[in-house]
Amino acid sequence: MSKDELFLLDFGLSPFCIRVRIALAEKGLQYKGQEEDLFGGKSELLQKSNPIYEKVPVLLHNGKPILESTNIVYYIDETFASPPLLPACSYGRSRARFWADFIDKKVFDGGAAIWRSKGDELELAKNEFIDILKKLEGALGDKDYLGGEKFGFLDIVLIGSSSWFPTYERIGGFKIEDECPKIGAWIKRCKGRESVAKTLPEPHKVCELVGMLRKMHGIE
Amino acid sequence: MSSSIKKMAEKVTLLSFWPSMFCVFALEEKGLSYEYREDLPNKTPLLTEMNSIHKKIPILIHNGKPICESLIIVEYIDDVWSDRAQLLPSDPYEKAQARFWADFVDKKVYGAGGKITWHRYKHEAAEGKKELIENLKVLEGVLGDKSYFGGETFGYLDIALLGFYMWFPAYETFGSFSIEAECPKLIAWGRRCSQRESVSKCLAEPNKMVDVVVRFRRMFGLK
Repeated sequence: MSKDELFLLDFGLSPFCIRVRIALAEKGLQYKGQEEDLFGGKSELLQKSNPIYEKVPVLLHNGKPILESTNIVYYIDETFASPPLLPACSYGRSRARFWADFIDKKVFDGGAAIWRSKGDELELAKNEFIDILKKLEGALGDKDYLGGEKFGFLDIVLIGSSSWFPTYERIGGFKIEDECPKIGAWIKRCKGRESVAKTLPEPHKVCELVGMLRKMHGIE
Repeated sequence: MSSSIKKMAEKVTLLSFWPSMFCVFALEEKGLSYEYREDLPNKTPLLTEMNSIHKKIPILIHNGKPICESLIIVEYIDDVWSDRAQLLPSDPYEKAQARFWADFVDKKVYGAGGKITWHRYKHEAAEGKKELIENLKVLEGVLGDKSYFGGETFGYLDIALLGFYMWFPAYETFGSFSIEAECPKLIAWGRRCSQRESVSKCLAEPNKMVDVVVRFRRMFGLK
C-alpha cells in the first residue's frame, strides 16, 4: 500500500463534495473516487464508512473515514501542510470557522428554499437568500478573497455552492451580480483558479438535477 | 515578557448566559482569568455589536476582538493557550473524530432535548425523548470504556456534551424518564466530569435547570 491512499466517496454536483475536491486539488493530492448513486442505492462502503448519516462526501485516508465536508477540508489542511488553506493566526482561524459555519447553516438550505417554492414563498426565499449573500459580501469587504489576499479555506467552502447559483437565479428571477456585485466579482476571480475551474460542474447539469428534484417534489 | 505571561495579561471577557457553560469549562480548564458578564434575557448593545450576524451568546471578547459560537470559542481558547491543558487531540484524525462527534452532539442532542423542554404538545416531547435516548446511546458507544471521550484526558468532546449534561435533569423532568436507566455509562461519565474542579465550580444545581425551563416555558406561553 502506498503511504497515503486517498479515496473519496463523491457526488459530482454536491457543493459539499466540490469543496473537498477543490481542497485536494489545491494541495496537489492524488486520489481515487467513487460516485455514489444517492437516488438509486448507497454503496456498502458509504453505509459502512458513514453509518450515522450515510452522506457524502467521505474521505478515506488509508482506509480511515473522515466525515462532513468542512471537517474533511480541515483534516486535509492539517495533514498536508502545503500550501496552507487556513489563516496562520488563531483569530483569523476563528473568523474562518465562524463564516464556514454560517455558510454551512445558511447557503445550501437558503438556495433549496428557492427551488422548493413558488409564488409568494419564492419571493420570500429569494429575498432571504440575497440577504445571506449580502452578509457574506460584508465579510468579503474589499478583499480579493474571503481569506484575504490569497484564495483559501473560506473561499473553498463557499465556491462549491456557486455552481448552483445560476439555477437559483433562474428560478428566483434575480441576478447575483446586480444584487451582490462583490460576490459576483469574487466568483469570477475564483473561477480563474485551475483547481476551481477544473472542479466546478457545468451549471446546466445542476439545472437538470434541480428540475428533476422539483418534479419529484411536485413543484413543476 | 514571556509569551505565556503576556497572554495572561490580555483581557478576556465572556458574554454569556449561565445555562450555556461550554466556554466556561474551557476557560477554567486552562486556568485563565476572565471577566464573566451575563447578557440574557435582555440583549445588550455590546452583544449586538460583537455578534451582529447572529446576535447570540456566548461571545468571547479577547483584546477587544469577538469570537462567536461556543465550540468555535472553545477551539480558539485551545489554539491561543496551547501551552496547557490541551483540549483537542494533536493527531489530525483524532481531531476530525472529536469535531465530528461534537457536531453530532450539537445537531442531535440539542435538537432532541429542545423538543422535550420546549414542546407544545405531548407527542413532541415523546418524539424528543425517543430521539434523545437513541442519540445518547450512540454517544455511549463512542465513549466505550474510556474515562473521557478524549481517552484518559478530559477534552473538547467532553466539553461539547457536558454543556448538555447540565440539562439532563430538565429533559428527565419534562420527558418523564431516567437517563441513568437508559445510559448508565454516560451518567457515570457526567459524574466523573463533575468532580473536576473546573467543572464543579460552574455546574448549576439540577433544580436550577428545571426552574429555568419552567420560567422560559411560561414566557413562551407553553403550559
